[in-house]
Amino acid sequence: MSGGPLSYLSSAGPQAQHIVPLTWYMLLVSAGVCLIIAALLWAALRRAQPQDQTLQLDRIPIERGADGARWIRIGVIASSVPLAVAFLWTMITLAAVVGPPAHPGLTLDVTGRQWWWQVAYSAPNPVDVFETANEIHIPVGVPVLVRLHGADVIHSFWVPQLAGKTDAIPGQTNLTWIQADRPGRYLGQCSEFCGNQHAHMQFEVVAEPQADFDHWVGAQRQAALAPATAAAARGLSLVEYRCGLCHRVRGTAAGAVSGPDLTHLMSRRSLAAGTLLNDSGNLAGWIQNPQDLKPGNLMPNQRLAPPQLADTLAYLETLR
Amino acid sequence: MRLPEFRTPNVGVDSMEHDARLLRQWETTPGWMGILTTVDHKVIGIRYIVTAFFFLAVGGLEALLMRVQLAGPNLTLLTPDQYNQLFSTHGMTMIFLYASPILSGFSNYLWPLLLGSRDMAFPRLNALSYWIYLASGLFLYAGFVTGNGPNDGWFNYVPYASRDYNPGLNEDFYALGMVFLGISTTVGAANFIVTAFRTRAPGMSINRLPILIWGTLTASLANLIVVPAVSLAFFLLWMDRQFGSHFFDPAGGGKPLLWQHLFWIFGHPWVYAIVLPAMGMVSDGLPVFCRRPLVGYSLVALSTVATMIFGFGVWVHHMFATGLPGLGLAFFSGASIAIVVPSAVAVFAWIATIRLGRPVITTAFLFFASMILLFVIGGVSGFMTASVPVDWQLTDTYFVVAHLHYVLIGINVFPVVGATYFWFPKMTGRLLDERLGRWNFWTMFIGFNLAFLPMHLTGLLGMPRRVYTYADYGGWGILNLVTTIGSFVFAIGVLLFFVNVLKSLKSGALAGKNPWDAPTLEWSVASPPPAYNFAVIPTVASRHPLWEERIGSEGALSSIDRGMMLDHGKETIGTSALDAQPDMVLEMPADSISPLLLATGLSALFVGLLLKVWVLAGLGGAIALLAVLAWLWPRTDLREREPAHG
Amino acid sequence: MVEAVIASPVNLPVGPIRRHGIGWWGAGTLIASEAALFAYLLFAYYYTGATAPPGWVLESSPPLKLALPNTLLLLLSSVMVWWGEQGILKAARTRALAGFTCALILGSVFVFVQWLEWRSKTYGIGRSSYASLYFVTTSFHMAHVLLGLAVLLALLGWTALDYFSPRRRLVVSAGVLYWHFVDAVWLFVFTTYYVTPYLGFGR
Repeated sequence: MSGGPLSYLSSAGPQAQHIVPLTWYMLLVSAGVCLIIAALLWAALRRAQPQDQTLQLDRIPIERGADGARWIRIGVIASSVPLAVAFLWTMITLAAVVGPPAHPGLTLDVTGRQWWWQVAYSAPNPVDVFETANEIHIPVGVPVLVRLHGADVIHSFWVPQLAGKTDAIPGQTNLTWIQADRPGRYLGQCSEFCGNQHAHMQFEVVAEPQADFDHWVGAQRQAALAPATAAAARGLSLVEYRCGLCHRVRGTAAGAVSGPDLTHLMSRRSLAAGTLLNDSGNLAGWIQNPQDLKPGNLMPNQRLAPPQLADTLAYLETLR
Repeated sequence: MRLPEFRTPNVGVDSMEHDARLLRQWETTPGWMGILTTVDHKVIGIRYIVTAFFFLAVGGLEALLMRVQLAGPNLTLLTPDQYNQLFSTHGMTMIFLYASPILSGFSNYLWPLLLGSRDMAFPRLNALSYWIYLASGLFLYAGFVTGNGPNDGWFNYVPYASRDYNPGLNEDFYALGMVFLGISTTVGAANFIVTAFRTRAPGMSINRLPILIWGTLTASLANLIVVPAVSLAFFLLWMDRQFGSHFFDPAGGGKPLLWQHLFWIFGHPWVYAIVLPAMGMVSDGLPVFCRRPLVGYSLVALSTVATMIFGFGVWVHHMFATGLPGLGLAFFSGASIAIVVPSAVAVFAWIATIRLGRPVITTAFLFFASMILLFVIGGVSGFMTASVPVDWQLTDTYFVVAHLHYVLIGINVFPVVGATYFWFPKMTGRLLDERLGRWNFWTMFIGFNLAFLPMHLTGLLGMPRRVYTYADYGGWGILNLVTTIGSFVFAIGVLLFFVNVLKSLKSGALAGKNPWDAPTLEWSVASPPPAYNFAVIPTVASRHPLWEERIGSEGALSSIDRGMMLDHGKETIGTSALDAQPDMVLEMPADSISPLLLATGLSALFVGLLLKVWVLAGLGGAIALLAVLAWLWPRTDLREREPAHG
Repeated sequence: MVEAVIASPVNLPVGPIRRHGIGWWGAGTLIASEAALFAYLLFAYYYTGATAPPGWVLESSPPLKLALPNTLLLLLSSVMVWWGEQGILKAARTRALAGFTCALILGSVFVFVQWLEWRSKTYGIGRSSYASLYFVTTSFHMAHVLLGLAVLLALLGWTALDYFSPRRRLVVSAGVLYWHFVDAVWLFVFTTYYVTPYLGFGR
């Protein structure tokens, strides 16, 4: 059952894969119980007196009737069996998925912020550390430890086809892990109400073969290239002077950390935490009027004059 | 005048003169004074019911607005802030201002009549609990109508609820309003507990109590212990917001999860408190339409208590994704699965009662019988979320929204509507219209299932909760549209219910004492009952006093027409806790202004705190203290003090 | 022919006699609810402290020079109020008045000393979660003490007006029970904030 990118009945990794059969079991038991109860009710009701609406109940005599406690005993004992199975299966599944892997191949620090995801890739050499936003790349087949931080309010990290939810809570670090056994793009969504734009706080996990992943990491580690054209150079000063109040572009004077890191902005598929596809039209629209597209988010409308906008875009497009 | 300390009550039968005397002692003062000072549980019960249904309608309208916004992807009927206030206020309204008060209202009205008593144990406290409910409801809605409604969900997690992220008055209205409302819930719970244990008809031992008594009593015992948790949580939030304390903010060493623990330690027992009394109503009403006693009475009574006891041990299942250690998760998961068992007892008891009886289809019966199916659907979706790893996928999606609406509408609203069809004749002397009732039932039933059954699928397809809009992933759009249509059909059903009530008040068929030929004590008095309920105190010998001659009883018969007269003042009988042996004559208070005065003082106090006008708060507090002093001032007629010496 | 059973009790008390009355149950439910409130306040302390970094308890050896005598004072006031109640039970009005007055005085001294204790702290409510918990918990207790003093004042006044007798005095017993409850709560609060740090909690 594919059912869309956030459906978790199709899974692409061992975490989620453990949960799917248990989910199906519980769904089938649940549906079965409902059908049985409906059938029992139907059978019981078929004996009902057809009622003309004159409601003369005293015409139907009261009787003490059979002692039906047997029904209760049978029903409860019968119900207990699927419950016990569910309990045991739950414990087994829980043991399999709880707790981070003993030997993660990769460790990420993900910070939930209103309303985007800050992703940090650490490295032994501090020069190699980099950050990105809303798009997480991982190598296929490798268990990845994700350390979750909350910068402001509680968010929840959920990429259904790879793993269940774990909250990002300010003041503590929660651990979760994901692993993709197939390459692909897996959609994630914040799953704890976090304010006005909770609805637009998605992220993507891109699982790729190890070689492609290493190539991506290498590219991300590079600082931004110097601008090659005059327009791009003008754009760079604008970015440093204005965008740099909140954003960072490594290798330039734009060094603030309250907004997403833009060093490799154009390598990402979407903007504004999954709200828009990242193409030049949307990027221009976002810069000029983010409040229209994601009302209440923390980026003010820029309202650049057309030549300034063109220059800015010229520079930003070089951030691949 | 000598007031004897001991007395042997006269035993006799009713007479016109006796009725007239009782009426003088019990009837509410006429006119405006009576409206403001009455302590009659029947009047208070009806006020609760009417107010709660009003909030049901308002909460329903809020839901319809939300459903229009969600009918399709990326709609812009509502701004995010408007939507967030709507969903939060909808939850708050339904859970706090409808679901519990409606059951308090029915219980308030019915309990003394079911128990063979003339009023609740504390009539003035009863009046107070209503006035505070009304005042706090108005307080909370004053926020909403001024654009300052709660906006962080009914569960109100920090840090989003803190001042840094929520600087307006929204959260202060919610926090203070909830502390205020908590007073009503607490005193109401105390009243039910003492009434259940000390003011029953002689012979009504605990194994003869109607299940509604078991349900509301269990809920009240729980509320007494857990409401302080949520009141404290809201108070500490208000302190963090307004006085710079650090209970919840990590920067100051506070713990966001402390909020969640305190809230859910309250919240989980609360959701059982808002369904167990309703289940009791089904357990008492369904057998009447099956023309036989309830199957497994003792098991059902015990399962009511067992459900609540389990209910104290599952709160962490609302917090499975917060990063708690695995062993703790395993315990709470197990308990959450185990709690299905006592619920199953009730379900099978009801089905067996229908199967082994002679069911008669009336509108009340339809609501009581259909709730069994809705209960089970809601129960199994809860069973699914009880499993931690499954919950890690299901939680915070529309699957949970489907679950909570099946349990709340299925186990609260449907029984309540059924209870209205059942007890409306007793309260008003008229029957609700049966034909309109069928339309009412089928519209509600079809509409509800059309709206909420597909929602399970919407949740399995991953749609998260509490989003003001969505993109059309894998069929969300069409499913949401179906839900929206269903919700409007359901709303029409609710409207038909209100129309039936209003219409039948004026022109319903006259009911008489016992239109359903039902077994319990309330059906032995007139419809509506006189102010004093019972002219003579009945003596009870079985669970079904009015059916004894037909189904036989173990020993003697109950006595309805002959019993203690208790007419030397405004009196009723006090009885022992387990066996209901008479052990004192209770002198009951007359109408009093103290409850309204106290509620007014407290209102001024809370408004003062909200606006930080300390003079107003101080004044309110002073009025409240004086009202309490006047209230508790020992009175000779209530035998709280010796009469003045000569 | 099965007979109906008709309850015909003999010589029932009319209204509350001694402690037998529904007012006693009412007081019990109120106290149960308030006890739960303090249980949650203490839970908040232990929960926050158990996962806090070292040094969370701002005074690892909290000074007992005010708090310990104050605790004894409060215990003594409970003894006084018990003694006063005994006066009512034995129709000795003077003893009752003396007992309630002493309890009132001791309770007021407790309030004053607690106020001195607050003033002596080098931190305020906004310093940290520990500070917030300390002040709010002791303030909640203080509010209950003040309410208890009002109750004692009312009992004193009503006793002076000669309202009570050994049998008609349920409101006295209820008020006294409330005072004992306030005292008992203090023992838990005191142990939590002043004793457990010495035992190593929150260090």
